[in-house]
Amino acid sequence: MIMEEILEKYEATKLEDVKVWFKAANLNDFPKDGGACIKYKDKQVAVFNFERLGKWYACQNLCPHKMEMVLSRGMIGDDKGIPKVACPLHKKTFSLENGENLNGDLKAIATYPVMIKEDYVYVGFSE
Amino acid sequence: MQHIIVVGNGMVGYKFCEKFVAQEAFKGFKITVFGEEPRPAYDRVHLSEFFESQNAKALEMAPVEWYTDNNIDLITGERVADINRSSKTITTAKDREFSYDYLVLATGSSPFVPLIKGVEKEGVFVYRTIEDLEGMLAYAAKLKAEKPNAKAAVLGGGLLGLEAGKAVMDMGLEPHIVEFAPKLMPRQLDSRSSQVLQLKLESIGLNIHLSKATNQILGNGRITGMEFGEDDMLDVDMLIVSTGIRPRDELARACGLEVGVRGGVIVDNRMKTSDDAIYAIGEIALYNQMIYGLVAPGYDMADIAVQQILGNADKVMPADIDMSTKLKLIGVDVASFGEPFMPATKGHSIIFENKTQHLYKRINVSHDGKKLLGGILVGDAADYSMLHQVYLNGMAIPEDPAKLILPTNEGGALLGDVMDLPNEAQICSCESVTKGQICGVIENGDAKDLGDVVSCTKAGTGCGGCKPMVADLTNATLKSLGIEVKDSICEHFDYNRQDLYKIIQVKGYQKFNEVLDNHGNGGHGCELCKPLVASLMATIHADTANKEYAIQDSNDRFLANIQRNGTYSVVPRVPGGEITPDKLIALGEIAKKYDLYTKITGGVRIDLFGATLNQLPLIWKELISHGFESGHAYGKSLRTVKTCVGSTWCRYGMDESVSFGIELENRYRGIRAPHKIKGGVSGCIRECAEARGKDFGLIAVEGGWNLYVGGNGGANPRHAELFAEQIDNETVIKYLDRYLMFYMRTAKPLQRTAAWQEKLEGGLEYLKEVIIDDKLGIAEDLEKEMQTLVNKFECEWTQAVNDPEMMKRFNHFVNSEEDDDNIVFVPMRDQKMPEPWV
Repeated sequence: MIMEEILEKYEATKLEDVKVWFKAANLNDFPKDGGACIKYKDKQVAVFNFERLGKWYACQNLCPHKMEMVLSRGMIGDDKGIPKVACPLHKKTFSLENGENLNGDLKAIATYPVMIKEDYVYVGFSE
Repeated sequence: MQHIIVVGNGMVGYKFCEKFVAQEAFKGFKITVFGEEPRPAYDRVHLSEFFESQNAKALEMAPVEWYTDNNIDLITGERVADINRSSKTITTAKDREFSYDYLVLATGSSPFVPLIKGVEKEGVFVYRTIEDLEGMLAYAAKLKAEKPNAKAAVLGGGLLGLEAGKAVMDMGLEPHIVEFAPKLMPRQLDSRSSQVLQLKLESIGLNIHLSKATNQILGNGRITGMEFGEDDMLDVDMLIVSTGIRPRDELARACGLEVGVRGGVIVDNRMKTSDDAIYAIGEIALYNQMIYGLVAPGYDMADIAVQQILGNADKVMPADIDMSTKLKLIGVDVASFGEPFMPATKGHSIIFENKTQHLYKRINVSHDGKKLLGGILVGDAADYSMLHQVYLNGMAIPEDPAKLILPTNEGGALLGDVMDLPNEAQICSCESVTKGQICGVIENGDAKDLGDVVSCTKAGTGCGGCKPMVADLTNATLKSLGIEVKDSICEHFDYNRQDLYKIIQVKGYQKFNEVLDNHGNGGHGCELCKPLVASLMATIHADTANKEYAIQDSNDRFLANIQRNGTYSVVPRVPGGEITPDKLIALGEIAKKYDLYTKITGGVRIDLFGATLNQLPLIWKELISHGFESGHAYGKSLRTVKTCVGSTWCRYGMDESVSFGIELENRYRGIRAPHKIKGGVSGCIRECAEARGKDFGLIAVEGGWNLYVGGNGGANPRHAELFAEQIDNETVIKYLDRYLMFYMRTAKPLQRTAAWQEKLEGGLEYLKEVIIDDKLGIAEDLEKEMQTLVNKFECEWTQAVNDPEMMKRFNHFVNSEEDDDNIVFVPMRDQKMPEPWV
């Protein structure tokens, strides 16, 4: 499939747009202060347990720099207070809050809402 | 709109454009630049770097797009052939005509080739353009193929000649310098400093022939030698002529502009020629009856021409031009400033000379001992910037001026602080940047660090000689504003690597969060501090990367090397490169089973590419069952100890290089360091294991091993330096334990041993004092720490595949057994490769 088409599959989803809360996995399946990848339909979504902030984040697994499905394997941290993930391939960093590329001018990545209910991680999609 | 035509796209021609477009009034002008060479202007001062990098782009003053972005028409590869002053037009070699309002001649100079019989022969070159260099490289390659020990001479022992000498060395030919005068660099150096320079250059392998007048170039069609007099000949296979430059004034002559007797277009202090609409700048301009062959005055001339054309009539060239200069010639510092040679009638000279260390320093002071008038430095020009400033600004000097140049431990180096300089002091003479400007951009908040200062002011972007001073000024200014200057690792810690090492060691922290909570700045870490702390934990506690995998760098996290498409490569350890046929077959069968691309690595191991995350544990279970263990190709840790076959098989071998290589590789496997470490062991001085290109290298000699340290391949190749001679196996291990541990304790993050060693204060001698003489009294601790790491070694892949909890991370999806379906391979040479990036 052409990369642009793959990229188009990922659209930032706000809490109010969520139509489906997808039950992804048990929260113990995710590393603390790290991430793992989930599959939803034909999408790959990186989910991060930012334990130091007591928050969970989700974003597309696809790094828009070289179009590889790797972001879930990146390190997380913060850039002057903005929670971020660094791509494991070339250390491009993206805000986990709004997907913005913090150390370059790549297109923002899509982020998704996350909900924790009874030890399970749910990711919100609009379709 | 007025039209300016710039003839010549060299450094000065480019600088004219750069200075012009920086002016607001530039909007009313259109610039067209003609360059005869095929590429845009490049940095000719650093031309010899082309031999190291062979990257012409890296030398460019600005990329082609810069000209377009600034609305400048750049026409390269087209020479201007004629100027018609009455119609104010020029005609190019392609017979195109352009009209101008102002014409700026920046045609520079060409090498002067004396009329020696045979100088037209094949193999005789000049040293000026990238094309010249490419020609030399091609010829040298051909020569070396025919004759492994081919020789090349440089005719001329001046500044450029010695630069060319470096080029000859870089091309791997035996270098000779032939000079007509009785000394090297006759224009810049006095006899004694010239001798010191000569000794130094000879010690690094240059053959120097002085007082030689070349009669003819020998050879039938191509050069085979040079003849100086009767029975006085030198066999050479190549010659580079570097006997001076001549201004390219043929265009000016043809159109009747006034020129000097010995060439050069005569200009006044406004850079105007005898025609009001024509300016001349750089090495073509004859100002004060002088041609200035340095880049700094050329840049000043460009600035004056810009100001004059824009109508700022009061901006003129000063009458006295500072010809001070500092260079690194073949790795040797050479500098002269002010009046380097001074008659006794004007003042006194103070000279410090140490031929054993190839050092020479001379300063000239006024009779009353109050003013510095000039000087020469050879071998160590660290004091140049300060001395130059003291000279330029007429600053007060110590009562005993000798203190300015005496080595520190003899009471010298009492120069003032950089901040004592007046604001007008010119720090960067290439770009005319003053101390006031540098401090100003920091004080008004435009610059926050050295990088900002350089990009705001352009200081240090010319010859680079002022860089240390710009750095000092930046740090001092930041400090004066209360901004602490620290080499802290990232925004989350105010500590450098060495600080954190001590903190973790003393406090015994086991987790990243403990370090961050107790010593961080309140943030949450990042991709810089997390892997650094992980590496320190590994060095201090012998932890494997399995312990806290979310803080490990990309490769350590999955104990494999992430490749272009997000798949991984697998490298099992093959100590010393010795492998049984059974193991080799096992590798082949596993690669076949998982359809992996296989290749022998640069470290002579076997790399299996294209494994998905889910496949990694399966592959490793099989490798482990065949007796393999992790090769740590993914870690900042020991990679390989490369060996030649040694005395076990080789008829020249002096010792068992394979056995010792295996022992060393098994000793240091798995330890985490600031960067990767490679070793090599050669069985004799033929050095087939290329041990001197490694972080540590051993070469067997009569009576033991010679130990070399701090070598490096990669982007900045460096030979390891001889550390100890004729030592036995036990002593090698003792020194290496101490050396590596000392490196692991004190280096910066991601600093290889080569860079660490180079930056180490006191250099190799200091290192020997610490490691061999135990000057700091830490040798025992270093050995103990290393022995603990050796004892605690555990293969992290064996650890991982035996622990179901650790295995959980090797799944692409946490909610599916499926693999990543996004990965696409394409065939290549009977194997596979990732689909190319778009």
